[in-house]
Amino acid sequence: MTETTVSPERPLVVEEGEEQRGFIGQSVPRKEDKRLVQGEGVFFDDVKRHEMGFVHFARSPYAHARIKSVDVSKALELDGVYGTLTGDEVAILTDPFFELSTPPGANIKDYALAVGKVRHVGDPVAAVVARTRELARDAAELVEVDYEPLPVLLDGEEALKDEVVLHDDAASNTVWSGIFDWGDFDAALAEADHVVRIERLHFDRFSSTPLECSGCLVEYNRGTGQWTIHGTHQMPGVGAIWMAPALRVGIDKLRFVSQDIGGGFGNKITLHPQFTACCLLARKLNRPVQWTEWRTDQHTANTHGNERTFLDVTVPVKADGTMLGFSVRAIDDCGAFPRYEPLGCIIWAQVTPGCYRWRNVRVDFTQVCTNKSPVAPNRGYSRMQHLWLTERIVDIVANELGLDPVEVRKRNYVKQDEFPYETPNGCVYDSGDYARCLDIALELIGYETIEDRRREAESRGKLLGIGIGSTLDSGTNNFGQSMILNPELQFSGNNEVATVKLDIFGEIVVTLGTVPQGQSHETTTAQVVADILGCSPDDVNVRAGHDTYWNSHAGFSGTYASQFAVTGLGAVKGAADKLAGEMKLLASAVFGCSPDDIELAEGHARIKGNPEAALPFMALGAILNANNAGLPPDLDISLNVRYVYRPPFEKPDLERKFGNLTLTYATQIHACVVEVDPETGVYEIVDYAAVDDCGKRIHPQIVEGQVHGATAHALGAATHEIFTYDEEGNLLTPNFYDYHVPHALDMPPMRTGYVESESPFTPLGAKGMGEGGGAGIHAMCAALQNALGRRGEGPIVSRSCNPYHRVWELLQNPSESRKLVTVESR
Amino acid sequence: MDVVSSKTITVEVNGARYEREVDARRLLIHFLRDDLDLTGSHIGCDTGNCGACSVLVDGTLVKSCMLLGIQADGAKIETVEGLAQDGRLTALQQSFSDHHALQCGYCTPGMLMSATALLRANPHPSELEIRHGIQGNICRCTGYVNIVEAIRAAAE
Repeated sequence: MTETTVSPERPLVVEEGEEQRGFIGQSVPRKEDKRLVQGEGVFFDDVKRHEMGFVHFARSPYAHARIKSVDVSKALELDGVYGTLTGDEVAILTDPFFELSTPPGANIKDYALAVGKVRHVGDPVAAVVARTRELARDAAELVEVDYEPLPVLLDGEEALKDEVVLHDDAASNTVWSGIFDWGDFDAALAEADHVVRIERLHFDRFSSTPLECSGCLVEYNRGTGQWTIHGTHQMPGVGAIWMAPALRVGIDKLRFVSQDIGGGFGNKITLHPQFTACCLLARKLNRPVQWTEWRTDQHTANTHGNERTFLDVTVPVKADGTMLGFSVRAIDDCGAFPRYEPLGCIIWAQVTPGCYRWRNVRVDFTQVCTNKSPVAPNRGYSRMQHLWLTERIVDIVANELGLDPVEVRKRNYVKQDEFPYETPNGCVYDSGDYARCLDIALELIGYETIEDRRREAESRGKLLGIGIGSTLDSGTNNFGQSMILNPELQFSGNNEVATVKLDIFGEIVVTLGTVPQGQSHETTTAQVVADILGCSPDDVNVRAGHDTYWNSHAGFSGTYASQFAVTGLGAVKGAADKLAGEMKLLASAVFGCSPDDIELAEGHARIKGNPEAALPFMALGAILNANNAGLPPDLDISLNVRYVYRPPFEKPDLERKFGNLTLTYATQIHACVVEVDPETGVYEIVDYAAVDDCGKRIHPQIVEGQVHGATAHALGAATHEIFTYDEEGNLLTPNFYDYHVPHALDMPPMRTGYVESESPFTPLGAKGMGEGGGAGIHAMCAALQNALGRRGEGPIVSRSCNPYHRVWELLQNPSESRKLVTVESR
Repeated sequence: MDVVSSKTITVEVNGARYEREVDARRLLIHFLRDDLDLTGSHIGCDTGNCGACSVLVDGTLVKSCMLLGIQADGAKIETVEGLAQDGRLTALQQSFSDHHALQCGYCTPGMLMSATALLRANPHPSELEIRHGIQGNICRCTGYVNIVEAIRAAAE
């Protein structure tokens, strides 16, 4: 089913007491809001414990240096300092974290603190715990470290030469490399009427920089050897897989707890080094310890998004504008440590041909380490970089061959009647209607009048440009894709957990394995449960946040990779369906009828056609929990159901690097109109539209909010957000002074539209969404290029981030960037 | 020269009077959060850019990380915890919820204080005036679209 609209309905708010038939699909009031608008949320830094100590890390001022000695004695002399931790202790007390890569990356040794060497500015060398935050910071200043500086490596291509090597154990800067070759690229080249070659494209470093920095409060229970970590980890299941073996304990010794988290965007997935250091300190000092990351620390030393260089892009094109595929050499710079990497070396393959019917793709992919901050899966992880490539390909080819970017997209898009569509590497695009999304986006920005507006802008001395960005937000990973990188890994499929119980006073209580950071899981969960149990979302009590000891998590639990609407709500639906079955069984035992005769409605279990014979939920809860004498002995129910949702996946074919890597493919098509001042390079976004298709929308207002937010991230990344380093490896944008994220005045007027192409593969027809903002980067690059010159002339936009000075440079010297592109026509 | 390392200060926060000894170097935001346990106001940066810690001091909107606790001696302070009265949300708080103007909720307390100050000074702001009114507050979730809409609706 496909439903479209140009102008979305206004947010619908359900009035109290208003009758509703089905809550899925309605914008019901958000359950999270009442506490959050009153400052009554509980974020990790709000949690306090008696006599807790504050942690501050002493960090490296060098990008690359050998550690000759670390002396904490002066710090320990300071009154109020409780203790310290150094890399030498860490190397004795823990094992290196598990690496996902095959060699050389497998041989990297990554610890909670720097051991032997520092590899980026901000690399933590020691930790200090003190009575107050201020004292801890002072004491960290007193840690004396003797460094022997080493040559610095800051460029991914340079890293390939291995003249400077970061990790002596790996003996190479390469983490992972491999060739992906699908279809018959050589035959496609032979068949082409034109071959377009692009020498170099570069996706810049940025991060979605959640407003709440990372941190944790860690308590150690000496009697049981168990740690409780109140923290911001957004994927604790995997965090525990890293931490427990390193700490040499069983995985159940690590209890992760969070209620509210102030944004994550993937940046809170690789916190295992910092959390491990805090666990060691809590045990060593026998007191709760709290670490609150500073903004500067987050920017310099927590996580960035992956930086990627694309070399020798080759595109075979038919005379009518049909593209047959592409080949490319990609170099991914993951900074000083791989951590979640090298998964980014395969994640892009979820969207190998982008939105296009390209059957021949060859990618030579290498990931390297450099002396920069480590990376983590930033919103749109790895697919965004790759989809930026596919969109740059489309626009550069269109520009060079004089083709219309709209027409060439529609010619190459996968068509609505081709779904489910299998890509050359075996991924199955579940549903969509890309051309229709594009039409809506164009209508929203008034595309029909664009040439008039271009002339009008020119009359004011401005250059007007329009750009389109198409993306796929692939969601619900098949973790089997990790085996394509490393066949030894024992990860495949996916899972998520929910529990639903009917409690003694008739309360419906739901726990989730997910770790929300603003995605409204409490609200959408309540909608699904209410529809199944026949009650109101107000009757559904969804516990806020995550707690490992609720027993509602599994190996892949967390909030990441656009999957809650599928995995999280799939688990919720499964658990609620089972509970509904148990409630009917219990009612039938009480009434002496068949369970098939029972219906759940209006908060009651009642006999169909006989509303007088009805048990309120409270009675059901009370009967089973507290008044159960006389119930049939074979009535096998608990009214407390745990359900694990497991999406239907097979392990991929490792030889061919072939298989279905994700379950759903939401679509975002963005269109952008910019006006550039040719004298200065300063530009303004004058019109913007974002069209989203995530299948069935459980809560339209929440979906639209995700679209807004993802777009803001993209526009920040396209215009000003960039992590740049000086030649010594100092980050030049370490805080919000220098790293300019969009403020309210920076955001353009935004129009949104939607299409609902329901997924045939998911429990509710919904698709995960929220990461599709990359489209904004693609659209901005295209719009700038369109503004600066058209039809085979004008500069080539070859970087993802284009601050005003970069646009000015392109305007000053257009022939320089034009050298990047050649066209061979036959 | 004697170095003053701490001072006893008296403040009124959301109508309640507190007298505390506070380190001279302690920021007002840390005094509110750590000493008074008013954790509704948040911290999102080290540099005064993000506005998550915005509060009203004697009716003036300030970023409480840009003030020392001792500078607030004798002041009347309003924080997000003081907005709702007897569990009844203010029009702004309700409008933020109605319009989905918050996702993770981390910037929300500061955003609400900025919007409260704006509407006190200018009860019927234009969209541009609203955007100016919250330009000192960073939100990483919403792209500001629904925040602007919520403030506009609350002003009506």
